[in-house]
Amino acid sequence: MIHLIGPAVLAAALAGAGVYGLLARRNAVLVLIGAELLLNAANVLLVTASALPAGGLAALPPSGVLIQPSSDPLLPGQVMTIFVITIAAAEIGLALAVVLLLFRQRGTADLTAVRELGEGSAGYTETPGTPTASDPAAGPARQAEVP
Amino acid sequence: MSGVEILFAGFALLAAAAGLLSVTSRHVVHAALWLVVALGSLAGVYLTLGAEIVAIVQLLVYVGAVVVLVLFALMLTRAPIEASATLDAGPGQRAGAALAGLAVAALLAGTLLVAVGDRTVSPAAGQGSADRLGLALFAGWVLPFELLSVLLLASLIGALALSRDRRR
Repeated sequence: MIHLIGPAVLAAALAGAGVYGLLARRNAVLVLIGAELLLNAANVLLVTASALPAGGLAALPPSGVLIQPSSDPLLPGQVMTIFVITIAAAEIGLALAVVLLLFRQRGTADLTAVRELGEGSAGYTETPGTPTASDPAAGPARQAEVP
Repeated sequence: MSGVEILFAGFALLAAAAGLLSVTSRHVVHAALWLVVALGSLAGVYLTLGAEIVAIVQLLVYVGAVVVLVLFALMLTRAPIEASATLDAGPGQRAGAALAGLAVAALLAGTLLVAVGDRTVSPAAGQGSADRLGLALFAGWVLPFELLSVLLLASLIGALALSRDRRR
């Protein structure tokens, strides 16, 4: 017998840690660790839901009553958890390929160093397509596409 | 407090503490290894909740594959092995991130605690056994399952296309 407060607090703590990791980290790989924690917070709730009887919280008998209600034969909570784990594996494979590409192009995995699209950077223009002083190589090629 | 509840509380505390350490550690490798501890103890949490196959899949896929991928990415991007101050953003952004994380945790905990009240749940024996889960997966969920295999294939091809060296 497990109080449902436990999984609820655990999921909230994992989600909070995940959001902190997503926002506070600069290294791209460590940002992805925060995303994994967020996905796992969702998984904890899904597995907890699979321990509930069919019909969810409303069908749960009041505490103290020891009857064992039947669970959903499709086990949606556990199946969804396995689906989320699969999607997380697909996501991290693709995301790490992007990080490796970034490292090969720029020699860094630091997200604050990649600010070409930020308004404060030297290469930023309000009108994409017009060459800027700091971007002479890309300028003429992009200019040629615009009639 | 029953034995299963004590076991659950232990695994949950370990998972929460390791998760917090994995996002605050100043060593990149330590962060990845704390992620192993967090994901492994989450497998224990799933076991105490009666989802044994999900716990095994968690160990196989997350601890076995995802963390190894993360460690490989850390090595390939030449992450600093020793403690480094360049992993985190500035103190202002860190404070904002902590505020956002606390707000998310408080909001989730508040709504969930109101929703569950003081209800308890006792996982049925054999609820997450391989035959029941296999039957559910390949009878009721077979179309989403096949779609997911196509998604995995697409992400594999995408990762290959992205990491191909175009200079050669």
